[in-house]
Amino acid sequence: MTLNSAGSETTPRLAFFRGLVLPVVFLMLWELSSHSGLFNPQFLPPLEKVGATAWRELTNGELLSDLMVSLRRDLTGFAIGTGLGVAVGLLLGLSRIADRIFTRWFNGLKQIALLAWIPLISIWFGFDESAKVVFVALAAAIPVILNIVEGIRLTSRKIIEVGEVFRFNRRQLIFLIYLPSAMPSILTGIHLALIYSWLATIGAEYFMAAGPGIGGLVIAGRERFEMDLVLLGIVVLGAVGFTIDRLATWLEYRVIPWRRL
Amino acid sequence: MSSELAISRSIEQSDLAAPNTGAQLLRRTWRAVVPILWGLVLPAVVLPVWFSGAYWGWLPEQILPTPAEVWGTLLEMLRSGELKMHTGISLLRVICGFAAGTVVGVALGAAMGLSSRIDDYVRPFFTAIAQVPALAWIPLAMLLLGIGEALKIVVIAKAAFVPVVMNTSAGIRNVPKEFVEVGDTFQFSAWQKLRLVVLPGSIPSIFTGLRYGLTHAWIALVSVELVASSEGLGYLLVWGRQMFWLDTVLVSMIVIGLVGFVTDKVLAVVEQHLQRWRIDDA
Repeated sequence: MTLNSAGSETTPRLAFFRGLVLPVVFLMLWELSSHSGLFNPQFLPPLEKVGATAWRELTNGELLSDLMVSLRRDLTGFAIGTGLGVAVGLLLGLSRIADRIFTRWFNGLKQIALLAWIPLISIWFGFDESAKVVFVALAAAIPVILNIVEGIRLTSRKIIEVGEVFRFNRRQLIFLIYLPSAMPSILTGIHLALIYSWLATIGAEYFMAAGPGIGGLVIAGRERFEMDLVLLGIVVLGAVGFTIDRLATWLEYRVIPWRRL
Repeated sequence: MSSELAISRSIEQSDLAAPNTGAQLLRRTWRAVVPILWGLVLPAVVLPVWFSGAYWGWLPEQILPTPAEVWGTLLEMLRSGELKMHTGISLLRVICGFAAGTVVGVALGAAMGLSSRIDDYVRPFFTAIAQVPALAWIPLAMLLLGIGEALKIVVIAKAAFVPVVMNTSAGIRNVPKEFVEVGDTFQFSAWQKLRLVVLPGSIPSIFTGLRYGLTHAWIALVSVELVASSEGLGYLLVWGRQMFWLDTVLVSMIVIGLVGFVTDKVLAVVEQHLQRWRIDDA
């Protein structure tokens, strides 16, 4: 949208090159100032040093093993959280009694910022792996529950009436009307759960007991003042988050192709 | 819609004006009370179990303090002003960080929404930065900024900045071309178009961004206070955990939830007020 309604068109090629300008300028400034000696190289390591660190960590296998630990934590928590979330969400969405008893309290609980659960969980579940997985599972369960309940509740009145015309019994109503119609919401919930469980994995690795994992790598880098390690870790965290999100979008599209974004 | 509104209003009024027979009053009260009763079922089950669990010592006190203890701690922290102090500090941090992130975010988002050239230049870089959540930046920011107030403000501002930019630019971009053409027809100046066409048209989306931004800012506050802080609600959590004072931890969690809820509601009310011109299709 431009203020002149006859907007100017740009080619994708031009847009691509324009997009490159800022990152290139940024990296060049970085490289120059890092070599200028104006800044402490500990805070601003030259790019080639970051690259060398990345190469070292990659080739000695530490980066990969850390990544595997983090991903396993993430996926374990995600699987548990999503499983429980689907069960609870269906219960709250389909049973009016459960909805009346629990939904309001659940809505209260979800107000608590996610990270604020960490101290409680680490007291209840110890400081080892299980506490981290519980935290990730909690992060995954919340969006799943919310979206399933929402999806079932928003089932179009008209479609339900069709079911009533066909004299569907309760089971048929659930499997032929409510669930298919809530499918997009359910998948949105699972997609969000993937994003949140990665976020929670980072949080758990930062704030719970130190251990292996990409988050642990970053924390160790910070404690040893190794900026290159911190930068490498953060880039990996971002790249993994990005990949997970892309994969989820792709899967969502494959499962329900009728839904265009 | 104004006619619809008028109709629904008149229905309400006639409803109010209708003679309140005893039966009607009873039914209405009953309808208001029932959800509350349902809402009380869970505490009616949980509280006795919790009480008796604590009473017979099923779990050590460090794992589960009695409800009375949590309540007592809450009152005590309220009375001593401790809770107020920590909440105040946390709120101040969120407000500063959110304000900084929002101002920069709305400006950048508006620039990206209005000019596709700026959008071309900035978006890839912005997307790359947005990929890494505010939480993940904390260790880097700690190395660069230390653990003072600057760290907290920057992390919170970053958390608010990303959704604000995305929603502002999308909101402006999605203002229908026809609206702008109407502006052309009236020979509006650029400024008039901006103020009378673009701004009202993109307000809903901008506010969606602000609400997301505030939620993210609040989460970022808790995380940054968990790592590096000697006051604030996040610090209370860490302190409670270290001392194994679970009552303190629970009280802080409740306050964090309450403040998050209230601030979101405030923005929702402001949003509704700013959108009162809006035509509802529903």
